Amino acid sequence: MSEVDLKTLGEEYKYHFVDEVKPVFVAERGLTRRVIEAISYHKGEPEWMLKFRLRALEIFQKKPMPTWGPDLSGLDLDNLVYYVKPAETRDAKSWEEIPEEIRRTYERLGIPEAERKVLAGVGAQYDSEMVYHRVREELERQGVIFVAIEEGMKKYEDLFKEYFAKVVPPEDNKFAALNSAAWSGGSFVYIPPGVKVELPLQAYFRVNTPEFGQFERTLIIVDEGAEVHYIEGCTAPMYSTESLHTGVIEIVVKRGARSRYTTIQNWSTNMYNLVTQRALVYGDAFHEWLDGNLGSKVTMKYPSSYLLEPGARTEILSIAFAKTGQHQDTGAKIILGAPHTSGTIVSKSISKGEGRASYRGLVKVLEGARGAKANVECDALLIDPESRTDTYPYIEIEEDTAHVGHEATVSKINDEQIFYLQTRGLKEDEAAALIVRGFIEPIAKELPLEYAVELNRLIELEMEGSVG
Amino acid sequence: MNQLEIRDLWASIDGETILKGVNLVVPKGQVHALMGPNGAGKSTLGKILAGDPEYTVERGDILLDGENILELSPDERARKGLFLAFQYPVEVPGVTIANFLRMALQARLGREVGVAEFWAKVKKALELLDWDEAYLSRYLNEGFSGGEKKRNEILQLLVLEPTYAVLDETDSGLDIDALKVVARGVNAMRGPSFGALVITHYQRLLNYIVPDRVHVMMDGKVVAEGGPELALELEAKGYEWLREQVKEGA
Repeated sequence: MSEVDLKTLGEEYKYHFVDEVKPVFVAERGLTRRVIEAISYHKGEPEWMLKFRLRALEIFQKKPMPTWGPDLSGLDLDNLVYYVKPAETRDAKSWEEIPEEIRRTYERLGIPEAERKVLAGVGAQYDSEMVYHRVREELERQGVIFVAIEEGMKKYEDLFKEYFAKVVPPEDNKFAALNSAAWSGGSFVYIPPGVKVELPLQAYFRVNTPEFGQFERTLIIVDEGAEVHYIEGCTAPMYSTESLHTGVIEIVVKRGARSRYTTIQNWSTNMYNLVTQRALVYGDAFHEWLDGNLGSKVTMKYPSSYLLEPGARTEILSIAFAKTGQHQDTGAKIILGAPHTSGTIVSKSISKGEGRASYRGLVKVLEGARGAKANVECDALLIDPESRTDTYPYIEIEEDTAHVGHEATVSKINDEQIFYLQTRGLKEDEAAALIVRGFIEPIAKELPLEYAVELNRLIELEMEGSVG
Repeated sequence: MNQLEIRDLWASIDGETILKGVNLVVPKGQVHALMGPNGAGKSTLGKILAGDPEYTVERGDILLDGENILELSPDERARKGLFLAFQYPVEVPGVTIANFLRMALQARLGREVGVAEFWAKVKKALELLDWDEAYLSRYLNEGFSGGEKKRNEILQLLVLEPTYAVLDETDSGLDIDALKVVARGVNAMRGPSFGALVITHYQRLLNYIVPDRVHVMMDGKVVAEGGPELALELEAKGYEWLREQVKEGA
């Protein structure tokens, strides 16, 4: 993850490799009561969770497919495998305990090395299960919990039950219901009051089985005055048939706490990536979403912050990159529900070839949120004449004293810029890549250095041979 | 062979012919001035030398040390040592001067350039231009004043050290102090392995960059050549005087 690897430069997508892992259990295709019972059985869950799953299944079956956004007709929900248990060992505390084939994958992705150098803790999910979780000892001593969500459910049941599905209930949307029924893997994070976790915690999601659905579920509770930065990265090999990733991320940011959730999503381009991410932000707390969407066939993702008490603040920064065959339907949602809350959305999208990037966002100020402030800026960059961008900004204001600003720009890569950079020796595609990097710089500079380097490298790969 | 040579160059944009048989030679080691009234085709010549795809070259050759570069892309020309200081430098938001300049230097030299080597070079150039290091972390030309943009062009000239440079009206819009700084930069480049064509409308810049030769362009071709005194004569008598001379001579 950390250094630019010159050996892999020029490869279109470097995570194509298929791992030779023989899972210990594969559920039958389709989502049925039987499959859900099997998932629950394999996890050895309490009865209440099985009931929750079955209720969610009913909601999922009742809700129609959303038709207001991208085309989902290529997604054959009946043909997917909903649960693949990769190994008997679950959630190891050392890489040595993990079956060698799986360990090799993560080594190839540079995860153990990154853990040693720049992370406070790492979680790794392989198909349906977390295979690894470890947090630095000094944090453990301070009471920081960073475990697989299944372990969170069993070991910290009271805390878990207090928040699980409270931020994103299964009724929220069809895919939240699907996740609630079939969820497997993800992290459970608790940061005790006042504890500041300086280095990021990272979860790494890998999908290996074809025609598979990954439904991780993450619950993060940042207690009063605590601080945390959580990073999620995703890859999958390319298969000829579609796969699905439907995560649900629930975050609770209590009074005076600070949290940041960063995603760099680089799925292969046959993935449907339909994710619900939401944070509840309490008094004077601050939550930040940093969302990078490069891969996948279709992404629908609108990280949202609910500002529930006075002084709560949020910032949502997102980058989407859509190439031919990709539709990135991304955006953000802020609900300003208390006086003097404030939020900022900065969204940047790049469309290349016949790629389509849409910004879809909602800013809602509830009555009584005196002096609430929100600002939305969305900028789209089009690389080719056939590239497409759309903007769907919804603004609902019920409070007279609120102030909401919105600004949107669409630009094209400018021939004069390309020529100028070329006269300084940069090749045409290098010049275009540099312009794109400049375009996303306001967001990239917010990333930890290793991720900024990785993001820039990905953009360069995407831009190679793109013009001329 | 050691020269930038333009031979009978004809070029057009949108069907309109702008250059009508330009002949001009800048030997390596010399600085030449290209003067002429507005609309004579001076800036067009600069852009065509750099390879601007907006223009169509209909006839003629451009030879860089004997090699015809007409078929080369702008970046290939740059890597061969040709540099154009733009009259209107382009803004590239989000790209810092430092990042951009290091990439350009690596392209120019065809190898990786370490941070230490890069900084040493840039620092020297900044000192010469009396410019603050803080500019390096600014985005390329974004929000720059006209004078800052021109200074930035000269900074690039000093760092990239081309073999031949074309300076397109680098003096336009500059006050006298900025003009002196720009001239200092160009004069620092002077030497046996550097040639330059300084395009200017006015004689003023040539008080500070004294040219070895002066060429005058009118209506798409070079109509007069001479020593530095030609520039002074033009300043005194105006371009109309020269136009009459050319007519009489014809």
